[in-house]
Amino acid sequence: MSKLLVSPSPHIHSKDSTKSLMLDVVIALIPAVICSVVFYGWQELLVLGVCVASCVLLEWAITKYMLKKPSTIGDLSAVITGILLALNVPYTTPWWVVFVGAVVAIGVAKMTFGGLGQNIWNPALVGRVFLLVSFPTYMTTWSKPQGLFGVDAVSGPTPLGAIQEGLMQGSTVQELTSAYDYKDLLFANLGGSAGEVCALALLAGFVYLCCRKVIKPWITLSIFATVALTSLIFWVINPARFTDPLFNLLTGGLVLGACFMATDYVTSPMSVWGGVVFGVGIGFLTVMIRYFGSYPEGVSFAILIMNSVVPLLNMWFKQKKFGRK
Amino acid sequence: MSKNTFRIGGVHPHDNKISRECAIEQLPLAPTVYIGVSQHIGAPSVPCVAVGDKVKVGQVIAEPGGFVGAFIHSSVSGTVKSIAPRADLAGRASTHIEIAVEGDEWLEGIDTTDTLITTIPEDPKAIIEKVKLGGVVGLGGATFPTHVKLSPPPGSKCERVIINGCECEPYLTSDFRTLLEKGEQVVVGAALLQKAMGGVPCTIAIEENKPEAIAHIREVIAKLGYKDMEVMVMKMMYPQGGEKQLIDAVMHRQVGSGALPISVGAVVQNVATALAVYDAVQKNKPIVDNSVTVTGECFPRQANLLVRVGTPLKYIIDYLGGIPENAAKIISGGPMMGRAVANLDAATVKGTGALLFLTEKQTRRAPETHCIRCGKCADACPMGLEPFLLNKLSKNADWEACEANAAQDCIECGCCLYSCPAHIPLLDNIRVGKGFALSAIRARAAAAKAAAEAAKK
Ligand code: SF4
Ligand code: SF4
Repeated sequence: MSKLLVSPSPHIHSKDSTKSLMLDVVIALIPAVICSVVFYGWQELLVLGVCVASCVLLEWAITKYMLKKPSTIGDLSAVITGILLALNVPYTTPWWVVFVGAVVAIGVAKMTFGGLGQNIWNPALVGRVFLLVSFPTYMTTWSKPQGLFGVDAVSGPTPLGAIQEGLMQGSTVQELTSAYDYKDLLFANLGGSAGEVCALALLAGFVYLCCRKVIKPWITLSIFATVALTSLIFWVINPARFTDPLFNLLTGGLVLGACFMATDYVTSPMSVWGGVVFGVGIGFLTVMIRYFGSYPEGVSFAILIMNSVVPLLNMWFKQKKFGRK
Repeated sequence: MSKNTFRIGGVHPHDNKISRECAIEQLPLAPTVYIGVSQHIGAPSVPCVAVGDKVKVGQVIAEPGGFVGAFIHSSVSGTVKSIAPRADLAGRASTHIEIAVEGDEWLEGIDTTDTLITTIPEDPKAIIEKVKLGGVVGLGGATFPTHVKLSPPPGSKCERVIINGCECEPYLTSDFRTLLEKGEQVVVGAALLQKAMGGVPCTIAIEENKPEAIAHIREVIAKLGYKDMEVMVMKMMYPQGGEKQLIDAVMHRQVGSGALPISVGAVVQNVATALAVYDAVQKNKPIVDNSVTVTGECFPRQANLLVRVGTPLKYIIDYLGGIPENAAKIISGGPMMGRAVANLDAATVKGTGALLFLTEKQTRRAPETHCIRCGKCADACPMGLEPFLLNKLSKNADWEACEANAAQDCIECGCCLYSCPAHIPLLDNIRVGKGFALSAIRARAAAAKAAAEAAKK
């Protein structure tokens, strides 16, 4: 011992660091990643690889050459953005489209705001929505999963897309949903972007994050509850026009969005009640967009809209201070 | 077993009570002791001995310097060598009385036997007077003069005495050992405090990680047959031992911002203080020694030592084998709220409860990164504050906003900094904002008082 360290209290720290928390999120995403690779095969692996690699490289390059600051890729948040973006696009998306998505996610939605912690919107979602608007063809040609060793993919619309189309042609929801077995939705047997296909794997990751106390369950649960309740009301009023609650819960990336995108620390409210209101907002907007909007799938838009009001929610919903009114 | 805890925030650091099996042992006398005159909150005491005087153990060597002040007694017998400034553990100089130790002769009238005296004096005032003469101060950390706390301002009424046996800081075990080894004395001390406050009920709060102490104190209370005294088992949660948190946990009442515990009818004293009250009232023995936990994974010999006030830290450490090679920081107190020792020549004070050795790895702070708005600091804050926000406001030197967001309520428990995954030195910055907010509040209060007095004239 040479010299005594002298610094103010506290003298110890919990084991948590930004990196350890992000690592837990990566771990929580692994079941969904494995699941999607098994169902979609090597093409999905390519999408994942391009997404993660370009997100990490872009962040590294931007911090090093443009901001001239120490690199922040060590905190693993770029890896998460990469995985989430990959799970949000169809596995058939060409690599350069994926790359454009990564540029928008990391370059525009994250780094221009000042990097992790400063951004207002969830980077992966911004990337996804940008692609959806700019490359609708690639983003809406969803394919039926063919499996890791499957041969040619059969193209078809996603369940939600199919229903919207069907409704426009005059069919009723009952006729349209009868084509789906809900077990397939849970176990990933229907078309959609990777993250939409295996609700169970995503839920497992969500439970892991809650157990590890990385996130609190309230945001996610209030999204589920609101989606279920809102669609229940519409469905009871007119089952021929509106899809039923379970269908809404299991399709269109709702599980992925509710478990992993809406719970992003940076872009969600801090307090429990703020989180509940945030979740209710997302759930309600999702159902509204799905029922009445022009895009079949509303989760991404709903989350981005609610992201914008987070500062307000943080102001309105605070922990009551000790011993004060 | 019902488990109680406070309602807002809190963290769960590993309790690391590695010295819990070490019985309290007497540290041999140091050749020289240095007794500081500002060992408590309030005015420094005024020395009343001169260089060359012979003193005995328990003799008054400094008198209270104001209403909020305390007597200080010699902890040894010997000759006063000097009365001069000397550096405390942070390196700041204050007046110390240096006494060269000669033998161990106690002042007449102090009962040094182990006989337990359970008869409680009838007059509350007599109890409080003896507490004052014994130089008793709060030994839980704040070192607020106990007799002042026991004399509530007119209009307020005590409804419950709470004995704080939580010892919620990791590593510390001296209160635990005291409960086990001097349980009877602590319980009698609690009964004295009950009496002093007018016969109110008493709760002895002990955290669940000390089952032996819980069982023992329950036994003692039953044996001595005191009424209206109970042990309450607390959930393990830091900072349970914080005064406001403990009152919330025990009485479900929250002390308002800037208010004293007595405003909700509570008086809190910790275990070591209850023992000191017993000694002062029943044995005429002032505070001349206190138990100090010496611990740390890197420290070869864990111990709970009975140390005379004014013993140089270096003497204690050398007695136990010296500073280990890999120790990087020595803390006086616990790892959450204790103070880092800068000066090993500093001497112990009445409130010294522990010396903790941490390695570089255990204590080195990781570099600060961006706030990720995870809200963990706000979840952890037992005062319901928003540390991330106060941190920013302090850094921007926006003192008005600091006050508006209650920086002055911060109890400096460290939960926020402990929890922050981005390793932002939240508390370091909040302390600054708190300081400015408090002085603004005090300045306003002083101005209001002056105006009121001017109006009276
Ligand atoms: S140190 Fe202050 S701000 Fe931080 S958690 Fe404790 S009371 Fe809250
Ligand atoms: S714990 Fe740290 S990173 Fe999280 S919100 Fe508080 S200051 Fe920001």
